[in-house]
Amino acid sequence: MLIRMTESSVKKLSNGDRCYRASNGVKPGKNGCVKNHYLYQKQHCYPEEKIYHVAHNGGLYKRPFNEVFEETPMLVAVLTYMGYGILTLFGYLRDFLRDWKIEKCQNATEREEQKDFVPLYQDFENFYTRNLYMRIRDSWNRPICSVPGAKFDVMDRVSYDYNWTFKYTGKVVKDVINMGSYNYLGFAENHGLCADAAADVTMKYGVGVSSTRREMGNLAKHEELEKLVARFLGVEAAMAFGMGFATNSMNIPALVGKGCLILSDELNHASLVLGARLSGATIRVFKHNNMQSLEKLLRDAIVHGQPRTHRPWKKILILVEGIYSMEGSIIRLPEVIALKKKYKAFLYLDEAHSIGALGPSGKGVVEYFGLDPKDVDIMMGTFTKSFGAAGGYIGGKKELIDYLFTHSHSAVYATSMSPPVVEQIITSMKCIMGEDGTSFGRDRIQQLAENTRYFRRKLQEMGFIIYGNNDSPVVPLMLYMPAKIGAFGREMLKRNIGVVVVGFPATPIIESRARFCLSAAHTKEMLDTALRMISEVGDLLQLKYSRHLLVPLLDRPFETTYEENEE
Amino acid sequence: MASGQQWVLVEMVQAFYEAPAYHLILEGFLILWIVRLLFSKTYKLQERSDLTEKEKEELIEDWQPEPLVPLVSKDHPPPKYDVVSGPTSHKIIVNGKECINFASFNFLGLLDNERVKNQALTSLKKYGVGTCGPRGFYGTFDVHLELEERLAKFMRTEEAIIYSYGFATIASAIPAYSKRGDIVFVDEAACFSIQKGLQASRSNIKYFKHNDMDDLERLLKELETEDQENPRKARVTRRFIVVEGLYINTGDICPLPELVQLKYKYKVRILLEESLSFGVLGEHGRGVTEHFGVNIDDIDLISANMENSLASIGGFCCGRSFVIDHQRLSGQGYCFSASLPPMLAAAAIEALNIMEEDIDIFRLLRDKCKHIHSALQGISGLEVVGESISPAFHLQLEKSTGSRELDVKLLRGIIDYCMNRQIALTQAHYLDKEERFLPPPSIRVVVTIEQTEEELEKAASLIKEAAQHILQHTVLGH
Repeated sequence: MLIRMTESSVKKLSNGDRCYRASNGVKPGKNGCVKNHYLYQKQHCYPEEKIYHVAHNGGLYKRPFNEVFEETPMLVAVLTYMGYGILTLFGYLRDFLRDWKIEKCQNATEREEQKDFVPLYQDFENFYTRNLYMRIRDSWNRPICSVPGAKFDVMDRVSYDYNWTFKYTGKVVKDVINMGSYNYLGFAENHGLCADAAADVTMKYGVGVSSTRREMGNLAKHEELEKLVARFLGVEAAMAFGMGFATNSMNIPALVGKGCLILSDELNHASLVLGARLSGATIRVFKHNNMQSLEKLLRDAIVHGQPRTHRPWKKILILVEGIYSMEGSIIRLPEVIALKKKYKAFLYLDEAHSIGALGPSGKGVVEYFGLDPKDVDIMMGTFTKSFGAAGGYIGGKKELIDYLFTHSHSAVYATSMSPPVVEQIITSMKCIMGEDGTSFGRDRIQQLAENTRYFRRKLQEMGFIIYGNNDSPVVPLMLYMPAKIGAFGREMLKRNIGVVVVGFPATPIIESRARFCLSAAHTKEMLDTALRMISEVGDLLQLKYSRHLLVPLLDRPFETTYEENEE
Repeated sequence: MASGQQWVLVEMVQAFYEAPAYHLILEGFLILWIVRLLFSKTYKLQERSDLTEKEKEELIEDWQPEPLVPLVSKDHPPPKYDVVSGPTSHKIIVNGKECINFASFNFLGLLDNERVKNQALTSLKKYGVGTCGPRGFYGTFDVHLELEERLAKFMRTEEAIIYSYGFATIASAIPAYSKRGDIVFVDEAACFSIQKGLQASRSNIKYFKHNDMDDLERLLKELETEDQENPRKARVTRRFIVVEGLYINTGDICPLPELVQLKYKYKVRILLEESLSFGVLGEHGRGVTEHFGVNIDDIDLISANMENSLASIGGFCCGRSFVIDHQRLSGQGYCFSASLPPMLAAAAIEALNIMEEDIDIFRLLRDKCKHIHSALQGISGLEVVGESISPAFHLQLEKSTGSRELDVKLLRGIIDYCMNRQIALTQAHYLDKEERFLPPPSIRVVVTIEQTEEELEKAASLIKEAAQHILQHTVLGH
C-alpha cells in the first residue's frame, strides 16, 4: 500500500513470522570468529558479538556468517498495527466525504465518453494509494539533476494539494549525501576513464542500434563485452542483455518449462518471479534463505514427482539472489550448492546487488565464500549497480550460452545494448580487474568493504535495529511505523542526506524500513555526517529500538509453502 | 424459565411417541450413519506416502534430471550471428564487408545524426552513464521528466511514461491493466512483446484473424451474448483490444477507424502498439492515429519504443493521465528496473526536436518506401508483403518448398548474395516454438531516409538478380 515502486517483490504477507529468521535453517554451530582470510578485513569484536549465531555447518563456510534479524519489539508491533488501523479508518472516512462531494476528489477521472465502460480500476485497488501512499508520496521519485555519485543535487519541489501534484520551484538542493543509489563501487561518474571512453564511443557509434542481436545489431563490441564478462566471472561464456529486469524475465522461460519445477526464495525480485511465471513451470516458494525449507521442498519434489501424475520432474531450478536488496542478507551459498549437488538440481544465482560489491576482487558472492563459479549453473547479474551502466548478463557453460544465443527472447526480439553503455561496462570492469594497470578497482572494493563494516557497526552501536549480513553494503534500518516512513525521509533530506524508505508491499506490513546503500565513493567524513544526522533523526523519531536481544532460532516446523501452477 | 424448558422437553417426548415408525427407523439409520462417518478412518484427498526413509533415499538417488539445456549435436552448431563492426548506421560493416544498411530500423537516420550525438555527449558529461537506481529511488532525473513532457506534447496526449527497454514497454503495460479474468482481443499477427504481456496478464485471450474486423466483431458479439447471460460478471470484466499500428510481422496498417467504431459499440478499450508507426506514419509522424485522422483521445493507451525512429533505447506509453499514471505504481518494467540512462533520454529529446523541426522527413520516407516497393514488384519467386508506405516490409517465397528449414536456407542465400554486393539485408527472425502464430520465413527490408534513389534501385535489382539466381537454381536442382 505504501510504496510499490520498490525493488523486492513480496508475494504474500508473512508479517510477524520473519522476525524469527535469525540464523535460520542452520543448526547453531560453534560461536565465535573464524580468522578471516582477507587482508582488508579488520576484525571487529563488538560487545554485542554474542548475539550472532555464527554458522559453520560442517566446515562449509570459510568465513563467519554474521547475519542478524532482531525481533520486532512487541510494543512497536502493536503500535504499528494501530497506526495502520487509524490510517485505514481515516481513509474510509475521507472516501465517504469524497463520495458525498464534501471533500474535493483529486483523482484523475475517466473520460465522459467512456463512463459506461467497465471501470478500468477496481475502487478498492486504489484505496491505499489514495489514502495512505498519497500522504507520504513526496518521499519517492525525487528527481535529481546531477551524477548519482557520493553526493547529488536534488530538485526542490513543493505540493500545495497534499502531494496530489508537485510544483518544481526551480531551486536545487546542492550536495546532498547520496545514501540511496546502488553505486557500490562509485563508477557513477561523469569524468575519468569510463566516462571518457563512453564519450568516444558515443561520437563514433551514436547511442542506438535499431536492430536485435539476431538480426543486424550484433556489434563486435557486444562480443568483446561478453568475452570480458566471462573472463571476469571465471566461466566459459557469457551473454549480455539490454535490461537487468528483462535478463531474468526473458531468459528463465528459455531454460525451464512445463514439467519443470522452480524453487524460488520468497523474497526474490519481481523480475525472477515474472520470469518463473512466464516459463510455465511449477513454482514453489521456500522461506527466505532457509536451507531446511529448501531441502524439504527438494526432497518432497523428487520423492513425490509432479502433482497428480507423479511423473518425475524434468528438472528442478533453484532461484536465489546474492544479496537481497530489501533485507541486506547474503545467500547461504555454500549450503545451497551442497543441496543442489545432493539433489541434482540446477542453480540460478542473481547477483544484481552482489557482483562487484562482494568478494576480495569484486567477483560477487561466489568469490566471497571462496567457491567455484562452475558450481553455479546460471550466473546472472546486472551492470546497473556496481558498473554504473545498464543491462544484465548471464554466464555459465558454453552449451548454456550457445543455447541462449538461439533461444533467448531478448536476443531475437529486443534491441541490443547501446554502444556507449557497453563501453562504460568494459572500462569499469577492466578497472575492477586491474587490467587498466592501476589499483583503482581494488582500492574501491576495499573501500566499500571498509565503509560497510564501519557504517553497520556504528548504526548498531547507536541502538538501531538493522537487518542483514555484516558484509552487505545494503543496510536496512527498521522504522516499523507508517508515519515514520515519511518523517524519516523528509527529516533526512532536510539535513541534506538522501535516503530510501520503503514500506508495504515491498516489505511485510509492519516492517517498514529505511535503506542505505554504501558506496566506495563515500568518504569517512560523509559517512560520519550521515551517521550523525541519522542518530539525530533517530532520537527525534525514537527509532533506536534495539534491545540487543538474543534472537530465537527457527526451530518450528515450517508451514507448507504455497504452490503455483500455470495451467 | 425452568418450567418453560421442562414443557419443551415434555413436548419432545410426546412428539417422539407420536412419530410414525418408519420415521423413527429412518432417523435411527441416519444417526448410525453419522456415527460411522465420525469414527471411520479419515479420508485424505492427498495420497499419503508411506515411503520409508530408505525408499526416499533410493528415489532421490535414482532421479536423473534432464540436462539444463538440450545437448546439441556436433553437426548442428548454433547459428553464427552476423558481426557488425562500427555503428549500425547507413553505411555498415557486416562480417568485414562494407554495405548499405537495409536491415536496421533507423528509419529517420537519426542514429548517426551529429546533433543527437552531441546532445548525448553533453548529457554524458553531466550525468555519467548509469542511473544506479529505479525511478522511485533517486533514479528519476530531470531529463526523464523533460522527455516525458516532450513525448506527451509531441503525441498531443496528457501524459507519457518512459521505460528503459523497448521490449518491456507494452509487455509491462498490458498486465498493469488487464488481470486474471479480463478479456483481451488480439490480432493474430501481434508481435512477441505483446504476446509476452498477454501471458503475464493471465487474462482470457481471444485471437482474431489478422486485420479482419468481421472476425473481431464476431468475437465481440459472442461476448455480448455471454454478458447477457451473466450480467454480474460482465460488470467487472474489463475488455481490451490490442493491435499494432504498423505490424512488424506483416507490414500492414491496422484499420483504426473501424476499431474505434467497434470500441464504442461494444465498450472495449484499445491498446495500441506503435513501435513501427511512431515517427513514420502521419504528416507529423505521430503515427497511425494521425494517419487516419483519428482523435488520439479515442485510443486508451499508445505504446511505442524509442529504438526505431528515435534511434535511442527504451520505450514509452502515452495517453490520458487517468490511464498512464497507473503504470507508475503498477508497470513492473517501470517500477522494478533501473531507469533509462540520461544520455539516452537526451538523445531521444534531440531526435524529437529534429522530428518537430522538419516534417518533410516523413514525406521523404514515404516516397522512398513507395519507390522500392514498386521496384520490387514482379520478381518471380518472391512476393512483397506489406503496405507500400511501410518502411519495414517482407519478401516471402511465393511458393514454399514445404520445409521451413529449406525456405530459410534459400532466403539466406539471397541475403548472402546481396551482402556480397554491398547491400545488407536480414531475415525476420522468430523463436519458432514460442510464437503463437509463426509467420512464414521472410527477408525484412527496411527503408531509411538516408538511402538514395540509386541505392534503392540497386537494392531492388540485386534482390531480383539474387532471386533469379538462387531460386531458379534450386528449382532446377530439384
